Order: sequence, then C-alpha cells, then structure tokens
Amino acid sequence: MEGGLGSLGGCGGSSGAATNDHTMSKVEVAEAEASSYPVEAELELGLSLGGGGGGGGGKGKANAWGERGRILIAKDFPSVVSQPQRPNNNNTSISPACVVGSVSGTKRAADSVSHEGGSPTAGSQVVGWPPIRAYRMNSLVNQAKAARSEEDKGIGEKDKSKDNLKKKICNGNKISAPGNEKGHLGFVKVNMDGIPIGRKVDLNAHACYGRLAQALEEMFFRSTTSLNSIGGEKQQVTKSSRLLDGSSEFVLTYEDKEGDWMLVGDVPWGMFLTSVKRLRIMRTSEVNGLAPRFQDRNEKQRIKPV
Amino acid sequence: MNYFPDEVLEHIFDFVTSQRDRNSVSQVCKPWYKIESSSRQKVFVGNCYAISPERVIERFPGLKSITLKGKPHFADFNLVPPDWGGFVYPWIEAFARNNMGLEELKLKRMIISDECLELISRSFANFKSLVLVSCEGFSTDGLAAIASNCSFLRELDLQENDVEDHRGHWLSCFPDTCTSLVSLNFACLKGDVNLAALERLVARSPNLRSLRLNHAVPLDILQKILMRAPHLVDLGVGSYVHDPDSETYNKLVTALQKCKSVRSLSGFLEAAPQCLSAFHLICPNLTSLNLSYAPGIHGTELRKLIRHCRKLQRLWILDCIGDEGLEVVASTCKDLQEIRVFPSDPFVGNAAVTEVGLVALSSGCPKLHSILYFCQQMTNAALITVAKNCPNFTRFRLCILDPTKPDAVTNQPLDEGFGAIVHSCKGLRRLSMSGRLTDKVFLYIGMYAEQLEMISIAFAGDTDKGMQYLLNGCKKLRKLEIRDCPFGNAALLMDVGKYETMRSLWMSSCNVTLGGCKSLAKKMPMLNVEIINETDQMDISADDRQKAEKMFLYRTLAGRRKDAPEFVWTL
Repeated sequence: MEGGLGSLGGCGGSSGAATNDHTMSKVEVAEAEASSYPVEAELELGLSLGGGGGGGGGKGKANAWGERGRILIAKDFPSVVSQPQRPNNNNTSISPACVVGSVSGTKRAADSVSHEGGSPTAGSQVVGWPPIRAYRMNSLVNQAKAARSEEDKGIGEKDKSKDNLKKKICNGNKISAPGNEKGHLGFVKVNMDGIPIGRKVDLNAHACYGRLAQALEEMFFRSTTSLNSIGGEKQQVTKSSRLLDGSSEFVLTYEDKEGDWMLVGDVPWGMFLTSVKRLRIMRTSEVNGLAPRFQDRNEKQRIKPV
Repeated sequence: MNYFPDEVLEHIFDFVTSQRDRNSVSQVCKPWYKIESSSRQKVFVGNCYAISPERVIERFPGLKSITLKGKPHFADFNLVPPDWGGFVYPWIEAFARNNMGLEELKLKRMIISDECLELISRSFANFKSLVLVSCEGFSTDGLAAIASNCSFLRELDLQENDVEDHRGHWLSCFPDTCTSLVSLNFACLKGDVNLAALERLVARSPNLRSLRLNHAVPLDILQKILMRAPHLVDLGVGSYVHDPDSETYNKLVTALQKCKSVRSLSGFLEAAPQCLSAFHLICPNLTSLNLSYAPGIHGTELRKLIRHCRKLQRLWILDCIGDEGLEVVASTCKDLQEIRVFPSDPFVGNAAVTEVGLVALSSGCPKLHSILYFCQQMTNAALITVAKNCPNFTRFRLCILDPTKPDAVTNQPLDEGFGAIVHSCKGLRRLSMSGRLTDKVFLYIGMYAEQLEMISIAFAGDTDKGMQYLLNGCKKLRKLEIRDCPFGNAALLMDVGKYETMRSLWMSSCNVTLGGCKSLAKKMPMLNVEIINETDQMDISADDRQKAEKMFLYRTLAGRRKDAPEFVWTL
C-alpha cells in the first residue's frame, strides 16, 4: 500500500469561546474553563512515566496522575472550531479519534474501525489509513488549507466573538501568497520529559492550540482505564483541554526556527506553525522563567530549559 | 571456465549487472565467488540491519555504489515511532575509515544527519550521486556541504524527504567550477532558494538532463532556466501561478518550444490550470507524467492535457480526475504501463474514482502492468474483468478508502475478485489488498501467486488459516506486512524456517502474543524479532499472553542491533 497517515484532527464539536483571561491565576483559569468546556472527570488520566512514575502498568495510576495531567500552555488564543467537512463519527470506540491518525498508536485499530460499512468517514479515523506516505499526506493538508484560506476571506485571527469562533476555521496557512514559504511540513517531533519515546504529531491536523493540546494529552497521558470509560460514550463534544489550564507539572514548549525555546500559545497559530521546529513537554520545575504572554516577541524572555 | 584467467572471468562478469544474477554467479564455485566479490561495484542492501557494514566492505572491497533501506515499509504510514532506527552514519563512517571509493549512495527510509552528509562530502573524492528517498534527520546545511565539497557531483535527487529548511544558501554553495551536474531534484524542499544561484548553476551545467524545482521557483525563473537548458529530459515544474496574458507566459511558450527532449513532467505544485496549454507542446513526447501533487489541475483542463499525451507510459494522478478522466486516459494512452491514482481528499473519506475507472483502464491499456489505485469502492465483477483484460500485472495495489468495504453491488467479500487477479496474473510480484476479505482470498493467493514477493494486508482474514495459506503457498515471498488481522501464534509459528527465506515480517494489531514472539525468537537465532512497545504498560517480564502490538522480524547476519531505542525489544 502506499504510504499513509490516517486521520486528521478536529473531529467535530466546538470548544467554546476563547477566554479573555489574561492571567495565570488558577482560580480564574478554572472558572474560565468551567464555562468554556464541559468537564469530563473521567479523563483524569493515568500514566506511568518510565521509571519516574514508578513501575509499569497503567492501572491505578489515575489518582497519582490526576494532579499532573495537565500541560501548561499560554491561554489566550482562539479556540478550536469544528472543521465542517468532517462530521463527527460516533462509530468508533476511540474517543479522541481526531488524534488517532497523527500518532503511531497502539490502539487496536481493528476495534475502532466501524464495521457498519459504508460510513464515509470510517476510513479517516483509523491509524495509518489510508496508506499514504506522510510526506504526501502533509502536502495534501497544506494544499487544502491554502485553498480554504482563500475562501475564508475577511476572517481575522484575532476575532474573539463567540459566535464567529464557532464557525471559523483556524487556518494556519493564511499567508498563502505565492512565493511565501509554504506551510510547515505537518509532523514535528514531540518529547516529554521523563518519557524515552519521542512521538510525532501532525500540526496540520489541528486547527489551533486547543486541539493540539488535546492531542498531546491523549498521546502522552492516556491509560486503558480512561479509554474504557470513554468507550461507550458519545464522542466528546468538546474535550476539556487541560493544556489550557493553570496548575500543572508540565509545560508545553517549542523550539523555533532560531533555536529558542518558547512557551506554546503566545503567538497566533499561523505564526506558530511557520516557526515551530519541534515540541517539548517540559517539567515546570525545569523551566527558567516562562515567556510572559502579550509582550512583543522581541521583548519576550526566552525560556531557558535546564 | 576454470581455465580462463581471472581477468577474463571478471570481464565476463562485468556484463552481469543485476544483483540477483551476480549473487547467483558468486555461488557457482569458490573462484567465481572470489572474482565476483572483488569486482562487484554495485551493492544493494534491502535491510540495513541484515548485515554489518564491515562485512560488506570485507566482501566487496571494490564497492562504489550502494543502496540501503532502513525502516519497515509501514513506517511510511506512521506505524513506526520516530527514532526506531535506520541510521546511516555507521555505514558512512565505516566506508570512510576503510577508504572506500564510494561514488553513489541511495537511501530509502533512513535517518541521515548533517554531520553524515558532511562526512560523505569530505571522505569520497569521486562522490557523484546522492539519492535520498523518504529520509529525514538532515537540513539544508547538510546539502550545502555536499554542494561545496563534491567537485564531481552528478546527481542530487531528493524525493519526498523531510528536510529541515534553513533557507536557500545551499544552492549558492556549488562552486563555479562545478559543471558536472546531470540531475538535480529539490522539489521536496519547503523553503526559498537563491534563484540567481539556481540560474547560474543551470547555465554552467551543460550535462543537466533532469531538473525538479520546488514551489519557491516562480514562472519567470522557470522560463529563464528552460532557455538555458533546452536539452532537459525530465522537468519538475515548481510554482505555476501567473497571469496568462503576461509577457512571461509568452516567453515560457517560446522556451518550451525549444525543449524538444522533455519526456518526463512533474510538479505543478501550485497551478493555475488555465495556463496549461503552454505545456501541450511537449505532451506528445511525454512518457511520464506526475500530477499527483497538483490538485489545482483537474476537470476539463486536465482531460485536455491528457488527450495530448499519446505516448504516456507512466501516469501518477489524483483521483479528482474521476472515472470519466480515467476513461480519457484509457482511450488516449495506449502505451500506458504504470498508473497511480492517489486520493485528493483522504480526510473526508471520499475518493472520486470507483471500479468503473479501473475497468476502463484495464480495457484500454493492454500494456498496463503496475497499478496503485485508491478508490471509493470495488466489485468482484470489476476485478474479474480487470484480471481478464490485463494478465500482465506485476504490481497490483488496491486501496479502498473504507478498508473493510465489501463488494459495492453484491455485498460479498472481495475474495473472488482478488482471486481472479492472482490466478490470471501469473507474473504478479507485489500485491496489496483492501475491502472485506476472508480466509478464502488467502487460499487463492497461496494456490496461484507463485511469483509473489511482497504482500500487504490490512483488516482481512478470519482465522490463522489465512496467514497459513499464505506462508505455505507463496514460495518466493520476501516481504510480508500485516496489520489488524486476526492471525495469531498458530500462524506465526507454523513454519518458522520460512522467515529465513524472507527479508522481513511485520505484524501489528494482530493476535500474536509476547509468548509467541519469544518462542519464535528462541527457535530462530538468525532472526531479530523486535517488539515495539509504546505504551509503557508492557514490560519484558510481563505476561506472555499479552498481545504483541507491533512486531517486526527480519533475518540478519549482524545479530541484534546496538542502536535499538528503549521502546524496541529484541527478543
């Protein structure tokens, strides 16, 4: 079979309006989250961090992980919106089906494939299916986004109105004038402190930070228990993205083109896409000063990882 | 023959070029082995972990050209974690240390770093050709080293690599004295290139025959380049967006009129289809056309273009061509041998072609022998017709976007259809299947597919019997890759000796257990049985009844590899 990447992020569900929260105060963040996203308590995920988390086996880790199951991310950016042409497929037992394709996952894809037959989107939710080489898949995504950006004229990225956001597509390739650098090749490496296995995530599969955050959480912080609990449920309308919250032991950072490590979420999504080289989920304790938000990029304090 | 002096034998062996034939020659007798080994210049290593570089160097001291393949095929579809392996550095380092006169390097699915590229550029004075396919780990800095230091470089061919782009300076690194370029392909680079340097490079390369540009090369530069290189045989157009009435367009037409040698066309990475008529000039001579990265070209403009391509032998296209467009191909391209139809929007799960297009191709193109076809649906009747029309398939790969979809008309599994294909196409070497498939199809394959070397299976079969039929029947099987099939230990362990006759076996999301894999590894010390463990939930002392989510095994003379990451266990 020819190469392939299975699915693309953004399965349905609006995630609500962006918050105008400007501070990192836990209380405010928690409140904002409560109003923005439905709470899904079952998703306190467990994880055994190789060695560090102690022992193998994911069971029973949920509690220990609960406090750590969040990755910090700069909060102020447009939230995710549904991508209209991808109807939410409820047939799969894998809830974050939007992530499935971008992960070389262990999920039993056989379980996830709908055998109801004929479902037009069934194919798009299976890991590594259709079998298309990642390079080709990425250029399809880039080209599709460029086409969409030309259609979505007049929509500004900074628009924070709730209603607009529900329908808007966060398009990372707005700069699609000929001659400009084409959108970033979708896959970037992601490493998390304490985990030997690096991953790759397809940035083009996510329309904005919220989705990316969700995807990374699924990738690194999942456990069988929580997956089972999701199993029978209706697909998430909006999965509460812990990455957007306050307290956590982890921070999501990225290395930009200049080799500096920055806090994810400070710049508009499109700008982020063009400058990100790779991601790192860093322990908060190792970060020497988070890059404050809302400052000019030049003035920003660079993160100095230990 | 033993009375001939070595030089004569060597001279005769020079005419034996295929690796397989040379392998046969070397097995005739010891003297022939010695002569063949010392004179072989071109070596192909299908799995870089099957043998150590030292051993290759020892056997083939005259090696000048090597092809290496790294990751398993399913790595293309993100089923293999990054950092799994496939590093080329140890090979280059060994070649450099042993003063090999390396001239050509071709890599597929391997990891090559900038340091490695620099080492290549400094270690091999006669280095001529670098071909990288689906590789990663390097940036344009590494390319700059190659450009700067390889004085006799003829070929730099980058196909679908993931290259970190530090922006355009590498092209300027070709010294003014470098005039030997024959082939340059940088279509996969994401960033800008120094256009002036590109023009100058083309101007001083009289032997340039193949040039594939990336999206950053606009139309006016293309036109200038073509004026300087009218002898091009293979052209990859970069960006093709412009105003059709402009002077540039007219100049382009003039330039194309001079390019009488172009036989292969690709690119059109950003294309305004209404301007394609300029290329109608060269279509009549084209034997190869790749528009699979040009979603902007479709509909009537595409069909018009195709109608000019009467000599086409190879066509790569997107499915937006539709069944109708494929009918145009079938009626125009009577010499067609290979076609690939890729999905243009795999996300939605709708492909724009069906069994109708496939049947049309098979009836219109009698020479068709290689096909890759992504489609919305398929029927047994169609496959049976195709088998009858085209008994000459050597490669048949069918991908239905919904992987378990049955016959679209009868709702039956597609066993009979694929059975017809393997029965009719006696020369079939490579097969990929999809759709609803039971054990029966494997019975057919085992019975009829005598020449089959590589097969990819997904979401197929009912019981272990399926895999057993395959292993029993296909005597020439070299590569078997299976995902999401209900095959377990019984099938895996049925004939363990078989795996030594094969290059590799991949099984993911099947029913084989850790215990089964361990048992296999124990019985077959000449195999590396690798388990890829991604969840942190399994550890080596875990319950043997646990399923092995991803297993990759391959024969090897090099023992377990030393560069395996933590998540790969070699049993």
